Amino acid sequence: MRAMVYRGPYKIRVEEKDIPAIEHPNDAIVRVELAAICGSDLHLYHGMMPDTRVGTTFGHEFIGVVHEVGSSVESLKPGDRVMVPFNISCGSCYFCSRGLLSNCHNVNPNATAVGGIYGYSHTTGGYDGGQAEYVRVPFADVGPTVIPDWMDDEDAVLLTDAVATGYFGAQLGEIREGDTVAVFGAGPIGLVAAKTAWFMGAARVIVIDHLEYRLEKARSFAHAETVNFAELDDVVVHLKRTTDGLGADVAIDAVGAEADGSFLQHVTSAKLKLQGGSPVALNWAIDGVRKGGTVSVVGAYGPIFNAVKFGDALNKGLTLRMNQAPVKRQWPRLFEHIRNGHLKPSELVTHRIPLEHIAEGYHIFSAKLDGCIKPLVVPGAN
Amino acid sequence: MSERIPVYTSAAPPVPSAEELRARIPGWGVDLDPADRPSYPKERAEPTGAHWDLPEQQEETFPRERSVEHMRLTPVFGTVAPLHGLSGAIRRLAYERYSEARAAHWLLLIAGDRVDAAESHLRSLASGRPDNPVTETGVRAELSHDGVGSRRGSRVDVNHQWMDPVLVAGPWVLAGAAAVAGVRALLRRGR
Repeated sequence: MRAMVYRGPYKIRVEEKDIPAIEHPNDAIVRVELAAICGSDLHLYHGMMPDTRVGTTFGHEFIGVVHEVGSSVESLKPGDRVMVPFNISCGSCYFCSRGLLSNCHNVNPNATAVGGIYGYSHTTGGYDGGQAEYVRVPFADVGPTVIPDWMDDEDAVLLTDAVATGYFGAQLGEIREGDTVAVFGAGPIGLVAAKTAWFMGAARVIVIDHLEYRLEKARSFAHAETVNFAELDDVVVHLKRTTDGLGADVAIDAVGAEADGSFLQHVTSAKLKLQGGSPVALNWAIDGVRKGGTVSVVGAYGPIFNAVKFGDALNKGLTLRMNQAPVKRQWPRLFEHIRNGHLKPSELVTHRIPLEHIAEGYHIFSAKLDGCIKPLVVPGAN
Repeated sequence: MSERIPVYTSAAPPVPSAEELRARIPGWGVDLDPADRPSYPKERAEPTGAHWDLPEQQEETFPRERSVEHMRLTPVFGTVAPLHGLSGAIRRLAYERYSEARAAHWLLLIAGDRVDAAESHLRSLASGRPDNPVTETGVRAELSHDGVGSRRGSRVDVNHQWMDPVLVAGPWVLAGAAAVAGVRALLRRGR
């Protein structure tokens, strides 16, 4: 089969690989029809995630057709079209049995602090991902769901991570009616967090980024006020000024490890790998939220230490909430929001890239060329 | 929203009314009740599809490294890219010696990644398909997808993007220079 393969920082190519085999009775093998590149894939691509091995195939957002199932699989059969959450979950451990499907204890021998994720380094279990023609899907009775007939494929693939994570980020903010919500980052996750913050009763939603084309999307897709921090001396002061000096009630970090806005923070993390991510957006969230407010973190960070302004968080009495999104828990309600016309995830898609051209796709997404917001990967396309 | 003089009283800043928002924003308020939010409460037991108490153990076909914080090999694990070579030895040390709580664990893994990339690049030179920095970096998209025009405006990442080619090509330039210096030193010694 053809598969994207990591060759080292900033370098990937498409190679022939063996079609994955059933390795556990509850495995399925899925033929990928559509995949996506996630902003967090860029952390791998840039060499920031520890134990990212040459030869690994990335990709934790994908849908496809069941090709083969293991002997204990009960809920799926070959030919079923499925959407697969980015979390690999056993469904029965201490954490899964309490709904913490992103924190499974039975799928990642490499770390206890992280669950299992497709194509996301050995730090998340050493699984190949879905930017390929086929992928191994462990615990086929727990993760995948048959795609409803009414759902668009592009909506389905975005539900496997970006939309679920953005919606989860808004929920972590514990938004109450009348709240002002500041969302740092106008990528797909930030845009969905901003859009769904309204569902929870936000009275103002302010999206902060430095890419004007993404801020335009925040205005049109998420109906948000926008702030271009590149045009400001100090974005925290700006937030205070628009909230009577108090700060936002809720701040959401939808940026994570490669945040811009501080040259020193960015270079020491994204370039020199001296910290587990550039916490610029997180620090702005801590400083830009009001005292007693809530900071939600869904931006991805590596496991190494970060220069986070924790003293401000303490002194302001903040609530910090964070996790990788337990994707499958989000789906029933998100399906309703899509069917009711409140949300159309595919509006975020800007690029559809054949698998054979995926190296260009990563560069376009990484360098933010050509108005790129969400690139999809299409196996078998020319 | 226009700037106001902060009042510093108990009053909250003014915001639009619910009626106004409901009329303007599609779906405003549909998840007002926290009980309608899928992640509320944080811990909640629901059917997961699991029909086992403990999953069957996946066969360990090669010695699988694991965190010392795990009490056993997990029932299921990935089998991509088993440890090998010098990078494998570095990574094995990180897993066997240091817990996830220790900086040495992660810094050794990062070091292993760099060694892995160098080993793989060198191996590729002896293979039928050496690494190609032009095709593998996707840099040709600069020409096909408006590299210059995309960087116009106020975006701040252009202040560090110039480092990327240095990070990609730098180790190769240094390795090449070291190889040339080594060969010259050998030649001088041979005279």
